[in-house]
Amino acid sequence: MSHLLAFDIPGGWGTTLGIKTLIVMGLIPVGALVLGYTFLLKMMSHMQSRVGPMDPGGFHGWFQLIGDGIKFIQKEDIIPAGADKRVFKMAPAIVVMSTFLMFVVLPAGPNAVVAGALHKGQGGIDVGIFYALAVSSLSVIGVLMAGWASSNKYALIGALRAAAQLIAYELPLVLAVVGVVVQAGTMNLQGIVFAQQQGKIFGWSGIGSPFILTQFVGFALFMVAAQAELTQPPFDMPVAESELVAGYMVEYTGFRFLFFFIGEFGTAFVYAGLAATLFLGGWSIPHVNGEIANWIGPIVLFVKIMLVAFLMFWARFSYPRLREDQLQALAWKWLIPISLINILVTGALKVAF
Amino acid sequence: MTSFEVDPKLYSPLADSQLNVELDTGDMILNIGPQHPATHGTLRLVVRLDGERVIKADPVIGYMHRGYEKLTEYRTYPQITTLVNRIDWLSSFANEVPFIGAAEKLMNIEATPRALYIRTILTEMARISTFLLFLGEMGLQVGAITPAFFGFRDREYTLNLIESATGGRFHPNYNRIGGLKEDLPWGWVAECRNTMKKMLDSCDEFEDLVMGNPIFQARTRGIGIIPAELGASYGVSGSNLRASGVDWDLRRDGEPLLPYNEIEWKTFTHQDGDSFARYWVRLQETRESARMILQLLEQLPAGPIMAKVPRIIKVPEGEIYVNAENPLGEMGYYIISKGATGPFRVKIRTASFSNVSILPWLLQGIYVPDVITVLASLYFILGDIDR
Repeated sequence: MSHLLAFDIPGGWGTTLGIKTLIVMGLIPVGALVLGYTFLLKMMSHMQSRVGPMDPGGFHGWFQLIGDGIKFIQKEDIIPAGADKRVFKMAPAIVVMSTFLMFVVLPAGPNAVVAGALHKGQGGIDVGIFYALAVSSLSVIGVLMAGWASSNKYALIGALRAAAQLIAYELPLVLAVVGVVVQAGTMNLQGIVFAQQQGKIFGWSGIGSPFILTQFVGFALFMVAAQAELTQPPFDMPVAESELVAGYMVEYTGFRFLFFFIGEFGTAFVYAGLAATLFLGGWSIPHVNGEIANWIGPIVLFVKIMLVAFLMFWARFSYPRLREDQLQALAWKWLIPISLINILVTGALKVAF
Repeated sequence: MTSFEVDPKLYSPLADSQLNVELDTGDMILNIGPQHPATHGTLRLVVRLDGERVIKADPVIGYMHRGYEKLTEYRTYPQITTLVNRIDWLSSFANEVPFIGAAEKLMNIEATPRALYIRTILTEMARISTFLLFLGEMGLQVGAITPAFFGFRDREYTLNLIESATGGRFHPNYNRIGGLKEDLPWGWVAECRNTMKKMLDSCDEFEDLVMGNPIFQARTRGIGIIPAELGASYGVSGSNLRASGVDWDLRRDGEPLLPYNEIEWKTFTHQDGDSFARYWVRLQETRESARMILQLLEQLPAGPIMAKVPRIIKVPEGEIYVNAENPLGEMGYYIISKGATGPFRVKIRTASFSNVSILPWLLQGIYVPDVITVLASLYFILGDIDR
C-alpha cells in the first residue's frame, strides 16, 4: 500500500502529476478550514467569551464555519470602477499559489512527499527548505498587486506596509533555519526529519533528538518571523482593521476575499508544518520505521502542526499591534543579530563535536 | 508657443542627467472617516500625509447633527430628558442629571436625599460602563482583540443593573424634576454590591492584560502628549485633562448637584499627559467609581424618592448655567427660561466637542497608527460632538 502514499502510481508521469495536484489542491483548503474552525472560531470564542461563534447549529456552534462559507459564496463579486481589473482578479490567486507551492515539499511520511518522491533514496527535493522559503515570498507580489489594483489609498498603504514587512522578516526566517540546516547537514526536509528521528541525546535515543532542544533560539526566531510573514498580530499592520480597515483586502468581496482567507490560514498551516518538521521531528516517531510509519506519519504531523498553530494563534489573540517602525526595529536590531549569533554558536559547536 | 519651443520653467539642462531625476513624492490626502471603525461613528479627519507621517489633520464634524438645542425649545422640561439622553449615548444617565438639576435650581425645588443618592449611584455606574468600553476599545484600536470583548462583557453587568432600575439600557429617562420615576426594585442593592466587586476584579484584569503589556506601552507612551496649559486653554476637560496633571474635578471643585462630599473618594492625576496616562487615569477612576458606589450603597437613606412638585411644571423666569463632571468631561447646560412649560433657549456645552478641538494640534507630525491611538485615547462620542 505504501506506494499509494508515495504517489508511485502506475500510469505515467501525467497521471501521477494530476493526482498530486488534486491532493495538494484539496489538502490546503482543508487545512485552512481546520485551523480556522479550531482556532479562529472555537479557541478565540473561549478566550474572549464570545457568544456568536458558539451559537449556530446548536452543539458548540458547529454550523458557524459552514454558514460563513455559504455567506462568502453568495456575496456579490464587486470590482471597483477605478480598479485595474485583470490585476485585481489575479491577485488572490497568486497569494494562494505561493501557499500551494510551499506545501509540496512538506513530508508527511517516509514515502509521502509530493515533490520528488523516492528519487534520491530518502525522497524529497534536495533544497527543500530553501525552496519552501523562496516560494513563500511570492505572496508579496500578490499582495502588492491587490493593493495597487484596488485604487484605494487604504489598500495601497496596506500593500506597501505588507511588502516592507514581508521582505524584512524573510531574513530572520531564513537565518533561523540555517541553524537547523547546519546541525542536520542537509537542506532536504526529509533528511532533516531523519536526522531528528535517528539522533541521540548524549547516547540516549528515547525521543530522538528534536532540534527544538538544541535550536530553541532558532525556534523562537522562526515563530516570531513566521508570525510576521503571516501578518498576524502583533505584526498585522498590513491588515490592521482599526487603522487601515483591512489593508490590501479592503475592496475584495465574496469568493475573492475567501481566497485571501484561505491563503492566510493555509499559509499558517504550512508554516506550522515547517516549524513542526524543522524543530519537532515532523512526521517521525523514534524507533517507528517501515510500513507502519507511512500510516501514522500524517497523523503525527497533523498533531504537531496543531500544537505549533496553537502557539501562533495564542499570540495572535493576546497581543496588541506594533507600529511599523517598531516592527522594523525589532527585525533589524534584535532578530537578525540574534539569529547571526545563533548560527555562529551552532557552527562552532558543530565543528567542536 | 510652438511645439519646438521649450518652456524654460519646465526645462533645465540638468534634467537630462540621471542624477537629477527625482521621483515625485507628493503628499497624499487621506480621508479617515466618516465611515471608519476608529472614529466611533461619523467623525471625518482629512489627513495630509507624507508617507505615513501626518503633516496636517483637519477634523470635519457635523455628520450627526440632530439639532437637539433647537428641539428643546419645542419640548416641556420633563420631555427634554429624552433628548439629552441621546447626546452622549454611552453615559445617558449622566446627561440627565445636570439638566434636571438646573431646572430644579430655577424652580427652587430640592430632590429628596434618597433620590439624590440613587442619582449619584447611577451616574457613577454610567461612568463605569463608559470607561469599561473605553478600556476595551483602546485595546482594540492598538490592535488587541481580546480586551474589547472583556470590556463589552463586563459593561453588560452594569447595563443590566441600569436596565433593571430604570427600564432602559441606554436611554434610562429616569430623572424627574424633584426626584426619580420610581424606586429601585427589590434586591437591586445586593445585586449592585456583587457587581461592583466584580468590577474591581475586572479593573485588575485590565491592568494585567492591557496596561502591563510591553507592546501596549510601546504604542501609547509618549504618543499624543497634551501639555497641561495648552489642554486647559483648548477647553479639554475630564480625565483627559487630569491625565495631563491638572487636578480638576467638577465633582469636587464645582458646585456638585449630587452628594459627593458625603463619601470618601479621591481624584487621580498623571504627569505624562500621553495616551498611556489617559488610559491609566480612566482605569483608576473606574475602580474609584466602583468604590464610591459601594460606599453610597452603605449610606443609602430611606424615604420618598419624589419631592412635592406642582402638577404642571412651569419654570420661573431666569437664566442658569449648571455644569457637571460627566464621564467624558465637563458637561454644562445654559438655560434661559421665560416662565413657560419649556425652556426659551438651551445651550449645551459638551465635553467631546472641546476635547476634539485639540486634534489639529495634537496630530501634527505623528504616524498614521498613532492617529488611531490618539483618537482612541481622547475618547469622544460623536453624539456628544455634534449634538
